[in-house]
Amino acid sequence: MFTAPTELKSAYDVVIIGAGGHGLAAAYYLAREHGITNVAVLEKGYIGGGNTGRNTTIIRSNYLTPEGVKFYDASVHLWQDLSEDFDLNLFYSTRGHFTLAHTDSAVRTMRWRAEVNKHYGVESELVGPDFIKRSCPSIDISCNGHAPILGALYHAPGSIARHDAVAWGYGRGACQRGVEIHQQTAVTGIEVKGGKVVGVQTSRGHIATNKVLCAVAGSTPRLTDMVGIQTPIYIHPLQAMVSEPMKPWLDHIFVSGSLHIYISQSARGELVMGASLDPYELHSTRSTLDFTEGLSAHMLDMFPFLSNVKVNRQWGGMSDMTPDFAPIMGKTPVEGFYLDSGWGTWGFKATPVCGKTMAWTVANDSPHELITGFSLDRFRNYSLTGEKGAASVGH
Amino acid sequence: MSRLPQMPDEWVDRSKTLRFRFEGRDYVAFSGDAVSSALWASGVRTLGRSFKYHRPRGILSMANHDVNVMVQDGQRHNARGDVVQVRDGMDLTAVNTWGGVASDKVRFLDRLSPFLPVGFYYKAFYSKRWFPMWERMFRAITGLGRLDTNTPHIHTPKRYDFCDVLVIGAGPSGLSAALAAADAGASVALVDENARAGGSGLYQLGGDAARRQATRELLAKARQHERIRIFEGTLAAAWYADQWVPLVDADKMTKMRAGATVMASGAFEQPTVFRNNDLPGVMLGSAMQRLIYRYAVQPARRVVVTTANADGYRLALDLFDAGVQVLAVADLREAIPACAAVDAVRARGIDCLPGTGVYEAHADGRGELAAVTLCKVRDGVAETSTARRIDCDGVAMSTGWAPAANLLYQAGTKMRFDERLQQFVPDALPEAVFACGRVNGVFGLDARIADGARAGTAAAAHVLGKALSAPPVPAESEAPSHPWPVVAHPSAKNFVDFDEDLQVKDFENAVQEGYDNIELLKRFTTVGMGPSQGKHSNMTALRILGRLVGKSPQQVGTTTARPFFHPVPMSHLAGRGFNPQRRSPLHGRHAALGAVFMPAGAWERPEYYVVAGKSRTDCIHDEVRRVRTKVAMIDVGTLGKIEIRGPQAAEFLNRVYTARIDLLKLGGTRYAIMCDESGVLTDEGVIARLADDVYYFTTTTSGAANVYREMSRLNAEWRLQCGIINLTGAYSSVNLAGPDCRKVLGPLTDLDLSAAAFPYLAVRQGSIAGIPARLMRVGFVGEWGYEIHVPAEYGPTLWDTLMKAGEPYGIGPFGVEAQRLLRLEKGHLIVSQDTDGLTHPFEVSMDWAVKLDKPFFVGQRSLKILKQMPLKRKLAGFRLPAGYSGQVPQECHLVIVGGEIAGRVTSIYWSPNVGCHIGLAFLPPELATPGSRFEIRVTDGSMVAAEVCETPFFDPEDLRQKEQS
Repeated sequence: MFTAPTELKSAYDVVIIGAGGHGLAAAYYLAREHGITNVAVLEKGYIGGGNTGRNTTIIRSNYLTPEGVKFYDASVHLWQDLSEDFDLNLFYSTRGHFTLAHTDSAVRTMRWRAEVNKHYGVESELVGPDFIKRSCPSIDISCNGHAPILGALYHAPGSIARHDAVAWGYGRGACQRGVEIHQQTAVTGIEVKGGKVVGVQTSRGHIATNKVLCAVAGSTPRLTDMVGIQTPIYIHPLQAMVSEPMKPWLDHIFVSGSLHIYISQSARGELVMGASLDPYELHSTRSTLDFTEGLSAHMLDMFPFLSNVKVNRQWGGMSDMTPDFAPIMGKTPVEGFYLDSGWGTWGFKATPVCGKTMAWTVANDSPHELITGFSLDRFRNYSLTGEKGAASVGH
Repeated sequence: MSRLPQMPDEWVDRSKTLRFRFEGRDYVAFSGDAVSSALWASGVRTLGRSFKYHRPRGILSMANHDVNVMVQDGQRHNARGDVVQVRDGMDLTAVNTWGGVASDKVRFLDRLSPFLPVGFYYKAFYSKRWFPMWERMFRAITGLGRLDTNTPHIHTPKRYDFCDVLVIGAGPSGLSAALAAADAGASVALVDENARAGGSGLYQLGGDAARRQATRELLAKARQHERIRIFEGTLAAAWYADQWVPLVDADKMTKMRAGATVMASGAFEQPTVFRNNDLPGVMLGSAMQRLIYRYAVQPARRVVVTTANADGYRLALDLFDAGVQVLAVADLREAIPACAAVDAVRARGIDCLPGTGVYEAHADGRGELAAVTLCKVRDGVAETSTARRIDCDGVAMSTGWAPAANLLYQAGTKMRFDERLQQFVPDALPEAVFACGRVNGVFGLDARIADGARAGTAAAAHVLGKALSAPPVPAESEAPSHPWPVVAHPSAKNFVDFDEDLQVKDFENAVQEGYDNIELLKRFTTVGMGPSQGKHSNMTALRILGRLVGKSPQQVGTTTARPFFHPVPMSHLAGRGFNPQRRSPLHGRHAALGAVFMPAGAWERPEYYVVAGKSRTDCIHDEVRRVRTKVAMIDVGTLGKIEIRGPQAAEFLNRVYTARIDLLKLGGTRYAIMCDESGVLTDEGVIARLADDVYYFTTTTSGAANVYREMSRLNAEWRLQCGIINLTGAYSSVNLAGPDCRKVLGPLTDLDLSAAAFPYLAVRQGSIAGIPARLMRVGFVGEWGYEIHVPAEYGPTLWDTLMKAGEPYGIGPFGVEAQRLLRLEKGHLIVSQDTDGLTHPFEVSMDWAVKLDKPFFVGQRSLKILKQMPLKRKLAGFRLPAGYSGQVPQECHLVIVGGEIAGRVTSIYWSPNVGCHIGLAFLPPELATPGSRFEIRVTDGSMVAAEVCETPFFDPEDLRQKEQS
């Protein structure tokens, strides 16, 4: 499935740092759509071992800003064809996605999102408690009396997918087209001369290149430091946990901002559960007990019958947050250094469209039209793309 | 099988017989029996079905992580047969069967398994057309137990606990460690996940009953030791930073904070890999020993032992003593090293076969073990010409161990692979973490006890800050793990991972496809991802991968061990649940007045007050009318209330708020807003100056906690001379408003309420009916009014007093909805409703509240830049035509201009005082001028015309807040 190149070449047309879904997707589209195959993807760990393998696999396009909705909608359309593109079953499973509103202000935000979504042809609607109860009869609409559900944004195209397979599919497709993936290869420095990228220093030797795409999620600050550019990215841990498998009972994806939970049931029958970001900056993927305690308590408020369900495993990832909760994509003040970052907690769903638009951006040295709203200079220009209201849970 | 004569330390109580059902049949058990032991004693061998191929499964380990036997116990699913004790009247079924464990209707999957190789799922049924159908089918058979959605919300208590030294595992090394630490003066908590302490010291006897004596003595001493507490049946579920370990038992979770941790968690015996190594009757050698000594159950009648270490011989002796016929001990090693156990086995006339392994096991008609074929085996390859079939009903696998190092990994221990031991052992331990016994690579009984004493002493020395020493640990001579406990077979079914039904060829295929490092291999094959988290499979998988890619286990490395060590119920993690709910001191008054409550953050606030026979809207309009024409009162106690004191209090507020707080005069108040660094409006409130160095101010209800937290953070950075005190819960506040409010308040207070003495926006401290109060003249609802703050305990008295005094004037309460309407009539915005995550003050016409010429305030730099840029949108008032009767737009409906989104409605109400629908909306700046017309799109897609107008909508000159002369 993957070819494992043994030697690093001395030069590549493009070096992509990070063999997660984003980096591999960019490599895949560079090769497939732009004929650029002299590409090295460098990965300090293993394929898909970062946030690609740590997220809760939810795919949706019910965002708040026009930029966001158009972008994620393009992603969803790519997702739908991806299994056939790859000849690989990604278990792309359309389950329907509820973002629950427990307060009247949340209801207002859901209406806002529904209206913006509909405007761009994305299937979203504001629904009431009756609709939610019909869709999931076992839910406690009153949430144990603590936070009665007043309504929800229902997004029928909301889906889940087998996250690891996404990285594998892109990796295989890229390899087949001549891209080299080098695992266990850490970038230790990026050479910049006269404001231009000229090379990359790695744990396995030096590479000459004029184009570097940085797609490393929580490690972004370490790489931007290497080229001396500043971003407003800050890193918070995000944790998740999974239960033992059980027979499927939960068809939909549920998200609650007030209770800080999201939950879906995987094809293996496990409940995949997440919560809000840890409230502190930290460059670590360690797990905490209070995460499982808080998340379990809120889960039982909404689904009391999960009391006996056992939690099998928990893990954490590093989220690269931005002040406006929108990503940072495209060119940077350093010529030849391209950023695909600021993905915070929402990067997985954007994997295909990110790969496609970043490949276009790198190939043409000009931002793809879908990502102009996400440029780094928006922070300088005070033209932010406010997606905080569409973040799945509280931040 | 049958029950053996009484064993000295058996866990069952033969005086108590229990009855239970399994798969519709009745069985008996003794009190203390695990489900698995009771069924095995009753001769039931097929106890479960496997996850993927639905193969019949029996006992594997009896070691608390045996996922072959998972049962549905009423509302508990995936209950482990080797952990759960039988209760009288239990009615159990095996999970994951269709139509019962004996005749599972989907057992045909086992025959399809050659066509379902690893990764099969990724390669089939992915066309858009077929996937949904296939997925439905897949979801029907996936998963294990069935969730009962009628299960009640179980509230499980939590405890906090502390100890100097936490010892995990109460086997010989753990007991020894606990005693050494306690003797050195440390307080010790000793936990063991088994129902009873003692560990392998009480069940791996090697035919020598005296061997248990050492462990018994340690246990007796530990039970009597005043500084040792023993937690049996308690799982150390994980290790978190700073020695924070959740201890989980049947009834509760104890969160233990330890000074040091000693891991004495032992090792998991590992299955030998051969064809049909999963048939019921094939089990780990240690499982047989547990059955014999803990439950007094004969594991089988005729057993073949497959081994590669001395443990297998000691096991054979234990079996012999239990009356089991040991047919042969097949040893994978070319030469059997001499030792006492081997001699003893031979002395009992048992065949010991060097260089021999099980080539395959054979099933009877029920799919249970009936025979094995033994072959000469060299490096995993069987010489089939030497095949020899032996009828048997038991195979004991005893070819090696893997350390139970999960918590060591979680603590950040660096492990190294010891080639001689063929085991990972701790290389560099984190501070305050210690390891001993098998997990530390020490196997001999005496050596384990000495190793425990060493670790316990070191842990005590660490915690107590003393220099202590322990006798040296004798050198380890045993090497119990075989480097290649795998026997190839062309027809496969040689299982590596029992949870996930993974065979050797699955790993070969995966590596061939490029999943050639341990993390990718794990994810592609799902090895170790089942309920036992790889406890019986990861080590073999690692050996297989190492062989396939030509690397040593050290080079292959291990996957990350994550919490939990053993799955933990959500009820234990949730505990009793913590849902902080705040109630104003006046909550009871509101309830008595018929309030309908609405959530406001953690608070409950009266939305409106029900009047019998009136609609919600009518009730709200009545409340509005009362404020405008008489006098009314609202509880505003949920507003954040903060006091800042100190010589630099003014400086602090000057930096936090956008206004010139330093210029605020004594006795004055000021409406002020707060921004974040990007210039976004985040909160608002009224600041009152009570003394030169004392300020008292309010925040929004929803922002209170954040504002206090952020201020505390900022002053931790700035270190200004001031203290910040959160008085939100300490004060009760009401807003008394309406033309008659002075008539109500006047007679009750010593304050002069004349406009000259107590002007608009002034603050005064005085007393109301003897209650000390802070009063601020505010105008949020657009009437003459006072926000009155009193200590919380006086709140109800103040409320009652004002209500009584107001009776002649028709006073009544008003709720949040009426207040929202009243403020809208005055054009006042609500932060977070009429603003969003990008709104800066200039967009909402609050330029006047921003003093850019101050030396510094949070957001100043951004606002200076924004001030120079053209506005992108503007919040403006609008109205619908009077008498409009069509679909009314709602908050967040979009403003559409030229087919594109141009803004949105943020507030809208029908105003009884203006006589039409009024609202606020974000509009393009060029549209935000009075008289402009625009269109709002409502939910069904139709458009509603609206007109921009000046605000306030009502009483534009604020005459009602001025004294009329």
